[in-house]
Amino acid sequence: MLSRTADNLYWLTRYVERADCLARILDVSQRLSYTPVTYGGSTNEWASAVLTAGCEDEFVARYGPLEDAKEEDVVSFLAFSPENSSSIRNCFEVARTNARSVRTALTSEMWDVINSAWIELQSFPNRALTRDELSRFLAFVKETSLRFDGATFRTMLRNDAYWFARSGAQLERADNTARILDVKYHVLLPEKEHVGGPLDYFQWASILRSVSALTAFHWVYRDSVKPWLVADLLILNRQMPRSLAACYEQLARNLDDIASAYGRQGPSQRLARSMQARLTNRTIDDIFQHGLHEFISEFISDNNKLGAEITEQYLT
Amino acid sequence: MPHAFDEMSSTDGSVRPAYETLQRWLASVPQDVLDHRRKEAEFIFRRIGITFAVYGEQNAQERLIPFDIVPRIITKDEWGTLSKGLEQRVKALNMYIADVYAKREVLKAGVVPENLVYQNPAFRPEMNGQRVPHDLYVHIAGIDIVRTDPDTFYVLEDNARTPSGVSYMLENREIMLRLFPELFSMHKVAPVDKYGDDLLATLRSLAPHGGHEPNVAILTPGIYNSAYYEHSFLADKLGVDLVEGRDLFVKDAVVYMRTTEGPKRVDVIYRRLDDDFLDPLVFRRDSQLGVPGLMSAYHAGNVTLTNAVGTGVADDKAVYSYMPDIIRFYLGEEPLLPNVPTWRCREPDHLKYVLEHLPELVVKEVHGSGGYGMLVGPASDKAQIEKFRAKLVADPANFIAQPTLALSTCPTMVEKGVAPRHVDLRPFILSGSDKVRIVPGGLTRVAMKEGSLVVNSSQGGGTKDTWVLDA
Repeated sequence: MLSRTADNLYWLTRYVERADCLARILDVSQRLSYTPVTYGGSTNEWASAVLTAGCEDEFVARYGPLEDAKEEDVVSFLAFSPENSSSIRNCFEVARTNARSVRTALTSEMWDVINSAWIELQSFPNRALTRDELSRFLAFVKETSLRFDGATFRTMLRNDAYWFARSGAQLERADNTARILDVKYHVLLPEKEHVGGPLDYFQWASILRSVSALTAFHWVYRDSVKPWLVADLLILNRQMPRSLAACYEQLARNLDDIASAYGRQGPSQRLARSMQARLTNRTIDDIFQHGLHEFISEFISDNNKLGAEITEQYLT
Repeated sequence: MPHAFDEMSSTDGSVRPAYETLQRWLASVPQDVLDHRRKEAEFIFRRIGITFAVYGEQNAQERLIPFDIVPRIITKDEWGTLSKGLEQRVKALNMYIADVYAKREVLKAGVVPENLVYQNPAFRPEMNGQRVPHDLYVHIAGIDIVRTDPDTFYVLEDNARTPSGVSYMLENREIMLRLFPELFSMHKVAPVDKYGDDLLATLRSLAPHGGHEPNVAILTPGIYNSAYYEHSFLADKLGVDLVEGRDLFVKDAVVYMRTTEGPKRVDVIYRRLDDDFLDPLVFRRDSQLGVPGLMSAYHAGNVTLTNAVGTGVADDKAVYSYMPDIIRFYLGEEPLLPNVPTWRCREPDHLKYVLEHLPELVVKEVHGSGGYGMLVGPASDKAQIEKFRAKLVADPANFIAQPTLALSTCPTMVEKGVAPRHVDLRPFILSGSDKVRIVPGGLTRVAMKEGSLVVNSSQGGGTKDTWVLDA
């Protein structure tokens, strides 16, 4: 297939995934901001939303110091701002532009989801939303990504176009999960005196919520929420679709499918496999001992490197 | 202006036979049901994203072309006459262009004046003495037809460069099938959905080399082009890649596209890009849309461009006026489809007549299109006419004039119900190395405003499904 088509598909799914992640971050921040400080609600929850979204510099340039970040600014910046290249609105705009350029590579169902979402997006007012409106907006964003994934899964031919599309989504998803961990890793570090206190519980639960995994947690571990188990679920647990291990299992498989269809392996396959190996055959204790923060930073950087390898190998 | 011929109702109030069933049906369906279906059609168009862009309009980047749900009906006999005439016309166009870029017999014989070729901005000296694969130039033609009475179809315009609109022909039919299955059960309508297969067969037949399965691609200027939807629609129907200039490169006079598996050779390019932008090394140097070196591959005979480069020399409105003679010259036949009588303002006696009769004529720019830059005498006031007169006197060779034809009307849904509106017809003629293919029908454009003769979508015109009855 055309490199440009593959590139567009890959970024289309990345942007849909990114919009979904931003919606979750906003959802959780909103929830935490209602929670009394004594129960773990914190005044700088909105600052950490900006950090997780990875657009600190752009935000600070516009609104001033991060520690003074206000809810309305963060919401408008992450959800609607045309100046923020990764705002939800821009994600949808770019996704639709990409979809238009590769209409022939999309099924009509996939196009319909993207185009309808873009049309519906115009119906949300161009001002600060009320809390009700914001909830409705975030629900709409999450529903769009569900519909898009569903349409992709149900209607697309299983060929290189599908594998490129899925690779984009998995790479973005791994990046998002890793970034949530990166911003919150400090609350996961076990400090004896805090464990079991209400403060930590809400922080840990909010991490799980931001990847829709609170219920899953209880099913997997049948235990109360503990920081090392949260880390285990998000990093190593292959059952959990947003864990780094699960993303890389899929990613490595998609890239292998591409390689076997084209009859040639390359640097991106090798890197994906080595990263996958790093996420299997090890325990969370292991990771904590070597330093959770270092592990995550390294992962984020290697994940970006894999993105670059895929681009280099196929998309240009 | 004379009374317009209506394709459904005769002047005595009787209904013409082809429209009897449709007329009865229209009379039996309540207005609100029709309104509802019309809204449904609009919803579907927007949802599928069948939009076009109007250049120079802000905030209206993607607009819908109004779709009229009342079909236009053409009988089998009428279509028989039309399709023979179209085939003849396109054959002559092809022979004319081949001649213009080779021996120029037509100029030597004095059939067409030399400066219509040499001073024509669409004339491409780069094509002189170059053979193109199969000696065919216009592989995809759109010939605009208007009707003035039961027996007369005129050719209004030849489009030999990159005629658009075929996606509307196909989508209009799809939507009608979806919204009005009962109407189709009452009529025998010739299908049009073979167009995709026909186009692919035509393009493949034009490949420069035999031997391997030719790789066909459609070249688009990109998503900001007004007809982008059509480009992607066609790529989808044909199952071929939709490429932009940056997807292609030329090496050793061979065109390749960049794919995820490395370079892949391209044999036939259906380009929806004007000559000017094709190759920055030969034509406009500022073109970001083209492919450097494309013309070298073309001249080496390694790639077919459809339509060929330089076809614009045959489809402006000045050459148009010579088409009947061109047909006679190459084919030794009388034209089956007449031209609209045309005054060439470049000729002093014609100009004199035109200046004396401006209020009753339509005056058009020779190279104009899209309904821009024209004067419709009867619909203009004194000031507009005088303003146009000045333009005309300043540069007479740039204009032609025609009588204001009473274009036929078809029943059309308007706000107050069904009323007659003026229409034209653009059938699409495919010329392959093996044969000529024409799907029965074409794109009917309709002027939605009462009395208006301008059907161009950029001027608010709409479209209709066009039915050629099979029996």
